[in-house]
Amino acid sequence: MAKQKLALIGNGMAGVRCIEEILKIQPDRFEVTVFGSEPHPNYDRIQLSNVLQGATTIDDITINDWNWYKENNITLFSGETVTNIDTVKQIIYSDTNREVEYDQLILATGSIPFILPIKGADKKGVTAFRNIEDCEKMIEYSKNNKKAAVIGGGLLGLEAARGLLNLGMQVDVIHLSEYLMDRQLDPTAGKMLQRELESQGMNFYLGKQTQEVLGEIDVKGLRFSDGEEISADLVVMAVGIKPNVQLAKNCGIPVNRGIIVDDYMETGIPNIYSVGECAEHREMVYGLVAPLYEQGKVLAKRICGQESKAYEGSVLSTKLKVSGVDVFSAGEIFEDEKAKSIKEFNEWNGTYKKVMIRNGKISGAVLFGDTKESNNLLSMINKNADVSEYLKVGTSGEPSVSLVTSMSHEEIVCGCNGVTKGDIVTAIESKGLTSIEEVKGCTSASRSCGGCKPLVGDILELTLGADFSKSNQKESICTCTTLSRDEVVAEIREKNLTHTREVMNVLGWNTSDGCSKCKPALNYYLGMIHPVEYEDEKESRYVNERLHANIQKDGTFSVVPRMYGGVTNPEQLRKIANVADKYNVKLLKVTGGQRIDMFGVEKEDLPGVWADLDMPSGYAYGKTLRTVKTCVGENFCRFGTQDSIGLGIALEKKFERVGTPHKVKMAVSACPRNCAESGIKDLGVVGVDGAWEIYIGGNGGTHLRAAELLCKVKTSDEVIEITGAYIQHYRETANYLERTSVWVERVGFDTIKTIIGDKQKRNELNQRLDEALSVLQEPWKEIIESNAIQTGLFQKVKIPAISNK
Amino acid sequence: MGKTLQKIKVSKVNEMPKNLGKTVTIGSHEIALFHLANGEFRAIENRCPHKGGVLVEGIVSGDHVFCPMHDWKISVKNGEVQKPDNGCVKTFNVEIEDGNVYIVL
Ligand SMILES: Cc1cc2nc3c(=O)[nH]c(=O)nc-3n(C[C@H](O)[C@H](O)[C@H](O)COP(=O)(O)OP(=O)(O)OC[C@H]3O[C@@H](n4cnc5c(N)ncnc54)[C@H](O)[C@@H]3O)c2cc1C
Ligand code: SF4
Ligand code: FES
Repeated sequence: MAKQKLALIGNGMAGVRCIEEILKIQPDRFEVTVFGSEPHPNYDRIQLSNVLQGATTIDDITINDWNWYKENNITLFSGETVTNIDTVKQIIYSDTNREVEYDQLILATGSIPFILPIKGADKKGVTAFRNIEDCEKMIEYSKNNKKAAVIGGGLLGLEAARGLLNLGMQVDVIHLSEYLMDRQLDPTAGKMLQRELESQGMNFYLGKQTQEVLGEIDVKGLRFSDGEEISADLVVMAVGIKPNVQLAKNCGIPVNRGIIVDDYMETGIPNIYSVGECAEHREMVYGLVAPLYEQGKVLAKRICGQESKAYEGSVLSTKLKVSGVDVFSAGEIFEDEKAKSIKEFNEWNGTYKKVMIRNGKISGAVLFGDTKESNNLLSMINKNADVSEYLKVGTSGEPSVSLVTSMSHEEIVCGCNGVTKGDIVTAIESKGLTSIEEVKGCTSASRSCGGCKPLVGDILELTLGADFSKSNQKESICTCTTLSRDEVVAEIREKNLTHTREVMNVLGWNTSDGCSKCKPALNYYLGMIHPVEYEDEKESRYVNERLHANIQKDGTFSVVPRMYGGVTNPEQLRKIANVADKYNVKLLKVTGGQRIDMFGVEKEDLPGVWADLDMPSGYAYGKTLRTVKTCVGENFCRFGTQDSIGLGIALEKKFERVGTPHKVKMAVSACPRNCAESGIKDLGVVGVDGAWEIYIGGNGGTHLRAAELLCKVKTSDEVIEITGAYIQHYRETANYLERTSVWVERVGFDTIKTIIGDKQKRNELNQRLDEALSVLQEPWKEIIESNAIQTGLFQKVKIPAISNK
Repeated sequence: MGKTLQKIKVSKVNEMPKNLGKTVTIGSHEIALFHLANGEFRAIENRCPHKGGVLVEGIVSGDHVFCPMHDWKISVKNGEVQKPDNGCVKTFNVEIEDGNVYIVL
């Protein structure tokens, strides 16, 4: 039998998801053709906000790449717009004069951004925020321009504004209403949000109507209806969207605000369906993906001729994707005669909660500042729960498992990816999954925004029952095992295991060779436990530590020689300059840790570079002591009370090369002005009159954290003794890849302080550290002297082009 | 007319430690040659489909290599990217003779 012809107009999120659903049900029934105006494969439009904010890149937001279409035998005409449909002969016409016949047709043309019909709206520098091109345009503008104005203080406008701030622009947000996000929030929450965003650097013009875009050819500013003018080089209109229905209208398909569909997504014309933002169902048009994915599911079953439940509309819930701001809104949000609310407002903490009740049922909610309850509330709203259930949950403490128990299998758990409870349960049962990570890998649940992770955890717990172990959930060191770090370390000690393969075998790894997570971790634990006997496995090391240089994105390496305490001299600088010339170094850069970094060295040149430098490795690539940053101190500085350089050099010489769970950075400043930034280091030392203060657990990176004062000591020797004990305790108890800032919070600052304060424990820790330090070799020297390592690890093979005659 | 296959000697077996890779350039091909834990040799294109990472420097586990840039997992046997990511890289045939490693092109 010939395949039926199925066509989709609109290569966007809703339409393609519906095709995926159809392929799941009947992979071979249809010959599928897709038309899309955009020149891209199907991508995650939601993530454009994150692209603009710099959290991800355009390359990373593809949902289905070109291959997917091929593998599923889908004919894709991208960059091609459908201009007409003959609904009687069932033929589609595109702007390249292509004609395609169909048996069934899905319209998923999405929305078009609404551009205010005001004077000057067509000037250069006015953009919407809808697609990849808009996003690229904003990024481009931010490079040469300073001032941006965003018209619209809703979700989209605020996300755009945050992105533009991140791109270094000054941002004004203009909003018609008196408070932000007025469609999702009440005035209390809207004002709280405003204060938070103002503190992030946004500037607001509320209750303002924009009347004109100023400028000649390029945008210069805006004028409001009250006559006030502001300047701007870029104007982003985020004032709303309207369903893209022109094509449907022209072809006689019944249209109101959107394309009118019934409960099975059927339009008024036979064999034509519609899903997504262009469809109007029971007088509602949706602008968020969760309902669109629900529609797609219903339609997929319909098209495949399966029994399906009718689509009955969705409750909307919203989350603002701006980091540092937690807001949530779902269902109805305004009180009236019949709808009452329960409110909790904590001005001190900056949290606000409003739960709406209509006819004794939970009907909506607004949360600000703390959104932990959002999943619970959303589920209650969706199933129209009784207010008594909400009140019970509020007091009983452990509500969540009972919440997932009462969810139906069709209920969506992960809104971003449209994964239902049923999908997750089936995956857990059929594939024997035991961790959230595995569920994510198999079903995509929690892969995008991560908001549903707690629910996924609860479903695991519910499904596995007695087999579920909480300790497995967070801590198993990777998906190759269910054992936690502590269990693995205990077993290595107890059974005296000495090799990564042996650990995997004896402890029942579910893979025979491990993965990129557990191999380096086991290699570290084995080395920490058997410092003298263990032979480091080069093949279990991440490339940087294996080759003793930092890999760059183009596959070349960077080289940082050791300069103790950040002190150098003319001879070293001359050598560095000569090497840079000889090996054609692309960039010389002073690092944040006061060292010199030479970029763009080819792998096979590394041994030569090191030999010529004749300096020790600066370990800029290692999970070990990186650098000790020092201020100039008493020798030159008029404020200096101590020899910070001297102590810095002594610390670096003593502790260099020893492996730690993650990198360790130190600093020594000679007075509280703290020029070496001791307050954000794993270990920071600050000189005061006649003493040194020691701070621990600081971090200036992803986990920004101020170091805490551990103790105050009189002499440099004492600093070294305390530092040794601290490093060894960290080596012995932290998870691999756990920075001290996270470790200090996990095991507790006071616990660490007590252990290091105990003289006997301190001595034992130092003894074990000294043992580990005693066997370390200078790695660059070792490689220069070994031909075997050079051929095995550094040599490249080059063979000129072969002739094929 | 047909293209004749050529066997090109690229390394000695004993010059390549197990579970590690070697960069081999033949004309315009940049190839990652791996010596697997089970003794087999495998060769794939040295370019990650994600963002062009140099696969030869990745951690090798069994039949897979993990890209050193963003940790995509790629089969060195058939070149396929493992879920949840998508894509594939070219594979090349390898032959061993008298302790030498050859790539067949
Ligand atoms: C910056 C941003 C952030 C967002 N954040 C969120 C969020 O956090 N959560 C959420 O749920 N939603 C969010 N959304 C909304 C979400 O992206 C949309 O609801 C969703 O993409 C709509 O899917 P769709 O398939 O209906 O339309 P689209 O994804 O717009 O797809 C329609 C496609 O059809 C094409 N097309 C139209 N007409 C034709 C034609 N005649 N011929 C060929 N092709 C045609 C269009 O070019 C378009 O590619 C966000 C949107 C944006 C822009
Ligand atoms: S930290 Fe104090 S002593 Fe050191 S350079 Fe700064 S001001 Fe001078
Ligand atoms: S380049 Fe290989 S994972 Fe990103």
